Amino acid sequence: MWDYTGKVLDHFRNPRNVGVIEHADGVGQVGSLACGDALKLMITVDADEIIVDAKFQTFGCASAIAASSALTEMIQGKSLKDAAAITNQDIADYLGGLPEQKMHCSVMGREALEAAIENYRTDGSKKRELESKVICRCFGVTEDVITKAIADTHLQTVEQVTNHTKAGGGCGGCIPEIEKLLKSLATDDVQPDTPHPQMTIVEKLKRIQETLDREVRPLLRKDGGDLELIDVVGNTVVVSFRGACARCKTADITMKEIVEAKLREFVAPEIDVKEEN
Amino acid sequence: MARTIYLDNNATTQIAPEVKQIMLPFFDELWGNPSSMHFFGGQVAKHVEDARARVAALIGADPSEILFTSCGTESNNTALYGAAEALGTEYPIITTRVEHPAVLEPCRHFKEHGYRQIELPVDGNGNLNLDSLRKALAAGPAIVSSMWANNETGVIFPIPEIAELVKEAGGVMHTDAVQAVGKLPIDVRTIPVDMLSISGHKLHAPKGIGALYIRKGTKLKPLLLGGHQEKGRRGGTENVPYIVGLGKACDLMRETMSKMEASIARRRDKLETELLKTCPDTRINGIKANRLPNTSSISFEFIEGEAILYHLSDLGIAASSGSACASGSLEPSHVIRAMGIPFTAAHGTVRFSLSRYTTDDDIDAVLAHMPGISKRLRLLSPFV
Repeated sequence: MWDYTGKVLDHFRNPRNVGVIEHADGVGQVGSLACGDALKLMITVDADEIIVDAKFQTFGCASAIAASSALTEMIQGKSLKDAAAITNQDIADYLGGLPEQKMHCSVMGREALEAAIENYRTDGSKKRELESKVICRCFGVTEDVITKAIADTHLQTVEQVTNHTKAGGGCGGCIPEIEKLLKSLATDDVQPDTPHPQMTIVEKLKRIQETLDREVRPLLRKDGGDLELIDVVGNTVVVSFRGACARCKTADITMKEIVEAKLREFVAPEIDVKEEN
Repeated sequence: MARTIYLDNNATTQIAPEVKQIMLPFFDELWGNPSSMHFFGGQVAKHVEDARARVAALIGADPSEILFTSCGTESNNTALYGAAEALGTEYPIITTRVEHPAVLEPCRHFKEHGYRQIELPVDGNGNLNLDSLRKALAAGPAIVSSMWANNETGVIFPIPEIAELVKEAGGVMHTDAVQAVGKLPIDVRTIPVDMLSISGHKLHAPKGIGALYIRKGTKLKPLLLGGHQEKGRRGGTENVPYIVGLGKACDLMRETMSKMEASIARRRDKLETELLKTCPDTRINGIKANRLPNTSSISFEFIEGEAILYHLSDLGIAASSGSACASGSLEPSHVIRAMGIPFTAAHGTVRFSLSRYTTDDDIDAVLAHMPGISKRLRLLSPFV
C-alpha cells in the first residue's frame, strides 16, 4: 500500500465538493491517458474576482481524488490572483505530503486550476487543453519540463536533454519523441503558442474512442481483424492492429490511412495516427 | 477493522496449518545440514528426499527431476539462464506478451546479449495464437517459455499442444506453472515439457521456497555456483524446513485438489454472475477463455482500480489490481493491455483470487459492497 497521510485518506474517503456547476464561469479539464488520470474543475467567480464555488470530477486513484478535493477546498473564497499563485507543492503540503510517485496528482490539480482560470479570463471562449503529457515514462518527465529545458538552456541534443531532465535515460523508448521536440523547437525560435484545440482531453478521448468503435472497428472486424487504442499524445493517436490486420503487412498503410481519415473527419483535422509495433 | 476477507490468493496464500506443523521440528530439533557425514545431518537428508518425492508426485515426475529453489522467480531464471547458456545464441527465445516479469525480464536480458527474442501476442480473451508460435518455430528449434496459467486473468494456455509443437521443432520447452500447480491436474509423463516452475507460497507453503522440474536429459547450466548440493545443479545449503513444508503442501494439493477446486469455481462463478448483474458497465476479462477456477479479473469502466482497492481495503477486503497507479508505474498492466481492453476499462481492473479457505460469506461481503463502491466512484468520474 502507499504511505498516504491521514489527510489524503480522509479526502479520498470523504471527497469535498464533488459534482458539476451547471453554468460555471471557468472550467478546466486535464488528464493523461497513460496514467489513467482525468480531472474536471469548475469554478464560480463573483464580481470581485473571488472564487465563490468550486466543484470537481475525477477519474483516478486515491491520491488523484484527494488532490482534487483538497484543491477545491483551498481555492474557495480566494481571489483569482491568490488562487493562481497556488503551486502543486502547496496542494501536496495541504494533504500532509504525497508519495514521490504520486506527485503528478498534485501537478494535475495545479494544471486544472490554471486551465479553469484561463477559461474564465477568456470568457469561456477558450477551452485550454493542458495535458501533463508524460514523455519519459521511466522517470515521469513531462513535455512541459522538456520543452522548458530545451528553450531555457538552448539544448541541442537528446543527450543534453537527458542530462538536464533525465528524460530518455531509462529504456530510451521516448528518444524519438525527444528528437521530435528538439526539431520542432529548433524550427520555431519562439516558444510556439500552439493553437488550442476547442476540445478538452476528456472530450477528445471520448470522441476518439467513439469514432474507432463506430466507424473503424466494424470495418476491421468484417475481415477478421481489430485494433487497440494504445495512447493519445496531443494530436497523435497511437493504435495497434490485431488479428488479420496485424499480419497483413501490405495492408498496413491503407489501414492506417483509413483510421486517420475517420479520426480527422470525426474528431479533429490535426490528428495523426501512429502504429505501435 | 472488519474481519479480513482475503481474495488475493494469486499474490500469496495462507500457509496451511498442516504445513506449518510439519515444519516446526526442523527449527527446534532437526536443524542439521543434510550434506553432513554424521548421523545428525543424515537424519535430515532423508526428510529432504521425502519432500522431493512428494513434490514429484504432484506433477507425475521422478524425484530426481525436482530441483529445490528459493522461489518461483529463481525457478524461472534458472530455467531460462540455464537453457540459454547451455544452448547458445543460435536458439531464439520465444515467450508470450503476458508472461510474469520473472520470465519476461530474463528473456529481454538475453535479447540484449545477442539472442533473438520473440513475444507472442494474445487475443481479446487472452488466448495465445498458436499459428504465431508455429510461424516462429518454422525457422528452427528454439527455447520456448510459456506460462501455464496467467496470474492476472487466470487464462490457461494449451501447454500440451504448445509443448508438442516445441518438441516437434526440436526445441526446449519451459513453463511457468506457479499459478497452475495445485489448481489444475498436471502430469509431465503425458505432457512433453522440459522444465516447469513451481512456487511454494502460491499453494499454501511459505514464501521463500520453490522448485523447478527438469526432465532427465535436459541441458542446463546452474545459476548458483559454489556447492555440490542438488547434484551440482544449485549451490547453497538446502532450506530444509521450507523444503519439508513444500513437500507437505504438494501432498495436500494432490489429495484434495479435485474436490476443492469444484467449490472454489462455484464461488468464483457466483461472484462474477452477481457482479455483472449489480454493477453496470462491468466486464470479466478472459470470460470466453479456459480459466483457472479461482481467478476473476473484472474491469469496471470509468473508474480507477487503486481507488476501488482502497475502498475495499477499508472494508477488510483484500484484492489486487492491474491498474497503473497501484503498481507505481504509469501504465496499466501489460497483460490487460496485450488483450486490447479499452483504456477506460483497463485502468479499472480488479483481480479477485480465491483459495480453498474462501467462504460463501467472503463472496457475499464483496457482493454486498462492490455495487456501492462502483456507484460512488462513478459519481466522481468525468467519463460517465
